[in-house]
Amino acid sequence: MSLLPWTLYLSAAGALLALAGGMRSARTARWIALVTAAGAWVLTLLAATRFVPGPRLQTLVDAPWIPAMGVRYHLAADGISLTLLVLTGLAATAGVLFSWNIEERTGEFFALFLTLVAGVYGVFLSADALVLFVFYEVAIVPKYFLIAGWGSTNREYGAMKLALYSFAGSSMVLAGLLWAYAAGGGHGFGFEDLAQATAALSRHQQIAIFALVFFGFATLAGIFPLHTWAPTGHVAAPTAASMLLAGVVMKLGAYGCLRVALPLSPVGFAYWQAPIAWLAVIGIVYAGLVALMQEDLKFVIGYSSVSHMGFVLLGIAVANAQAVSGAVLQMFSHGVIAGLLFAVVGRMVYDRTHTRKLADLRAMPLHRLLPFAAAVFVVAGVASMGLPGFSGFPAELTILIGAWKRAPAWAAVAALGVLVAAAFTLRAIQLSFFGSVEQPQPPGSDRPADHALHFAPITVAEKAGALLLVAATVLIGLNPDLLLNWINPALQSPLLQAALKAGTP
Amino acid sequence: MNPDYAGLFLALKPETALVVGAVAVLGLDLSVFRRHAAAERLRLALWVASLAVLTAGVNVWLGPRGPAFGGVLMLDHLAVATRLGVLVLTLLTLGVARGAAVPHQPAEYVAVVLFAATGLMLMAAAQQLLLVFLSLELASLSLYVLAGFDRARPESAEAALKYFLFGGMASAFLLFGFSLIYGVTGSIELPRIAAQVSLQGADPLLMVALVMVLVAFGFKVAAAPFHLWAPDVYQGAPTPSAALIASASKLAGFTLFTRLLWPGFHAAVGNVAAPTFGPGWLPTVAVVSAASLLLGNLAALAQSSLRRLLAYSAIAHAGALLLGVMAAGRSGPAPLFYYASTYGLAAVGAFGVISAMERGGRCEYITDLAGLHRRSPLLAGCLAVFILSLAGIPPLAGFFGKFTVFAAALRLGGVAGPAGWLAILAIALSTVALYYYLIVLKQALIAAPAADARPIRVPRTTALTLVAAAGLIVWFGLDPAQLLGLF
Repeated sequence: MSLLPWTLYLSAAGALLALAGGMRSARTARWIALVTAAGAWVLTLLAATRFVPGPRLQTLVDAPWIPAMGVRYHLAADGISLTLLVLTGLAATAGVLFSWNIEERTGEFFALFLTLVAGVYGVFLSADALVLFVFYEVAIVPKYFLIAGWGSTNREYGAMKLALYSFAGSSMVLAGLLWAYAAGGGHGFGFEDLAQATAALSRHQQIAIFALVFFGFATLAGIFPLHTWAPTGHVAAPTAASMLLAGVVMKLGAYGCLRVALPLSPVGFAYWQAPIAWLAVIGIVYAGLVALMQEDLKFVIGYSSVSHMGFVLLGIAVANAQAVSGAVLQMFSHGVIAGLLFAVVGRMVYDRTHTRKLADLRAMPLHRLLPFAAAVFVVAGVASMGLPGFSGFPAELTILIGAWKRAPAWAAVAALGVLVAAAFTLRAIQLSFFGSVEQPQPPGSDRPADHALHFAPITVAEKAGALLLVAATVLIGLNPDLLLNWINPALQSPLLQAALKAGTP
Repeated sequence: MNPDYAGLFLALKPETALVVGAVAVLGLDLSVFRRHAAAERLRLALWVASLAVLTAGVNVWLGPRGPAFGGVLMLDHLAVATRLGVLVLTLLTLGVARGAAVPHQPAEYVAVVLFAATGLMLMAAAQQLLLVFLSLELASLSLYVLAGFDRARPESAEAALKYFLFGGMASAFLLFGFSLIYGVTGSIELPRIAAQVSLQGADPLLMVALVMVLVAFGFKVAAAPFHLWAPDVYQGAPTPSAALIASASKLAGFTLFTRLLWPGFHAAVGNVAAPTFGPGWLPTVAVVSAASLLLGNLAALAQSSLRRLLAYSAIAHAGALLLGVMAAGRSGPAPLFYYASTYGLAAVGAFGVISAMERGGRCEYITDLAGLHRRSPLLAGCLAVFILSLAGIPPLAGFFGKFTVFAAALRLGGVAGPAGWLAILAIALSTVALYYYLIVLKQALIAAPAADARPIRVPRTTALTLVAAAGLIVWFGLDPAQLLGLF
């Protein structure tokens, strides 16, 4: 367990090394990035083997940081954070593998990438709200430069929109946290300190603080109607960045909701529970329907991310043990599946065909030209729909059962979302990979004939990354208890129990 | 009272070192350095000046503490910290000047910088209205000269004239305010004024006097609506002058007025916690702060000139710093000092990058930054640190400045209090600010260089200066207790 903080330090050091290595050659930077990302992942796995699940955050580092304000550099982990740490390591490693073809300013690319990863590790490890917030913001800035520098379609707009939404969200969080901190007389930013300070406030103030912190974090989790940054940002981002964005960074928001907002004010949560749940449910269905209408394959995936994150938010909002553990499982599951989908679309397909328009892809027999990509996309799509055997199934099922126990209406509408998800996923698979090959060439079209199409074969790096992710989703799909055994004890912590109790009528 | 001149000399040894340094710069330039070329004369003058600044720094560090010369000077933690801060920022400014265009009279330029620093050092410690006024005038007059030093460019003259006219007006207000204060309280020493004010309570005439003092304060720190000089001065003044005006002058100004308002007029503050205020100077500061936050951040959005953008961002930062002034009565001056000094570091650094770029061509518009990452990775990296610190991104010092100031402001009566609302407003506007800061960084780090752009050679001293400034920002960010624990 004591290894876990080194994930953070290793990634930060890797960022500096990659920057220096990039001045020598792109190859050096790549290998440095791969070694640090994989090294950090191995650290999380090693820590996982020695992990004893329990209800408390297990302290890893605790030292005074800003004594004048009671801020402590406090890192700790429990089953929930460990799940997400393992996910981060996996997504980062796969992300490096899928960025192997970055030739332009490679060192800087991987430096930003690893800074982002370090920030993410930091958030999942923080046990002090201010430390968490600091890492949360550390993760925001590199996203802007990754997208604006290496992205595609409309990248400057997408990058700025994403950065401003994230920053606006984090400003709300900061305002809420400072409010609670000042109300408590400035004792500190430990989760218990803040919860005690907030509990002493009037009900109206608690409701306001909770709204600031929760919706601030939820912006990054893509809650309806604050989700619009997500599809544009994901589409504009370079492949590895979209994998991390959808796979891990959106989870930062959900994690913040669960770890900071809920315990901060159970009273506020009880007030906002139903609105949040409805927003989550609307998000699931609405984003699914929008995905159904998209003409750009990457937008389909972008909206599907919003839809699937809706399940996470629903699970958190339902707030019984089942739904919350399902929400954490869904965070992991969606992290893997979204990474896989973006990898296929952004790297395997777009970098070769230079189009993501469904109409164009339809005219290419991709299942023959890129059989590996087609196979992976089908697997990812099926997993994304929530078919048994893949990680999406136990996750969404647990959430739905939990929701049904709390309010059948939420579960019913969300289940509708599962149907919509199946529809847009199947449509995307059908149109992009199994288009009508025999479609006659329109006269005068400058598109090359089918037989003239030839794409570079899928590289070893891509195959390795894809297989890692597929293995993860299958493993968890077949044996979700691997993660649930970590997650469930963590839900017994007094802070979360107080929140869960407040959410149960 | 028997004047204790030995004590005065001991307390003012740092200032003496600066003045001796300035005289030495002038004398050596007149005699020994005369035959060298202008660039060489600048280099030599800068070395002498740096030596003087370092000597002054050692003397501040080792010098006496507590009241000096019968309470005219107050060498408390805040004064010592501010004097050291002013010296560090002056040293960095000298480093920036090394890489900037060579002024017509290099030695005079450097000497005036030292005189300005002397005035700023005195401002940090002044505790008597006469000395307050004298030190403020010494600093201001030196800064006017520095703003207008580039006689080849009409913009520089325009900047100096505007700065001078506004400054002269502000001085007149300040003097009028001081004479009223003297009339009401019968004293020019802050401790006695404080005692008298707490006896008399809020006198209407005293309120008029305080408003006049606040006008001068607003001018000195470029807070709206007294900010009108700032964009033109930032744009027209020689770059090192602008750096000094943006950094050390602000730091000393905030220290001076905090000392004036809090220990001096503590009794006339008004009710901080209640939403309805009550009579006092605090409501006025709150209004000025809100105006600066709004105007600075919103006007910065529309700028295409890099220096004007920095000027409006400075106005916005002044608004946030005023929150620190409001909170200083309860939380102490630590948050304010931390914010002002780290802001100064970032401002000097940003102007340093501008001056280094001007050597290799133009750096007027934001778009002139395009492709900086290719033309000079060092400058681009340093600029990223400075701008992100200005934007308040952790783990850089700018974030913790905002954070401590807002936390202190919120503790003044929670969100319901006036400072609380302002803190929330400032936090909300930080998102707006991020937009224009990112626009700058996008040009520097992402955009491709113009076709005719060549790599920029940065002189070693300037490179060292910029790296030092960036390093301090990172260091104070990773370990904020270094500065916050001083008080």
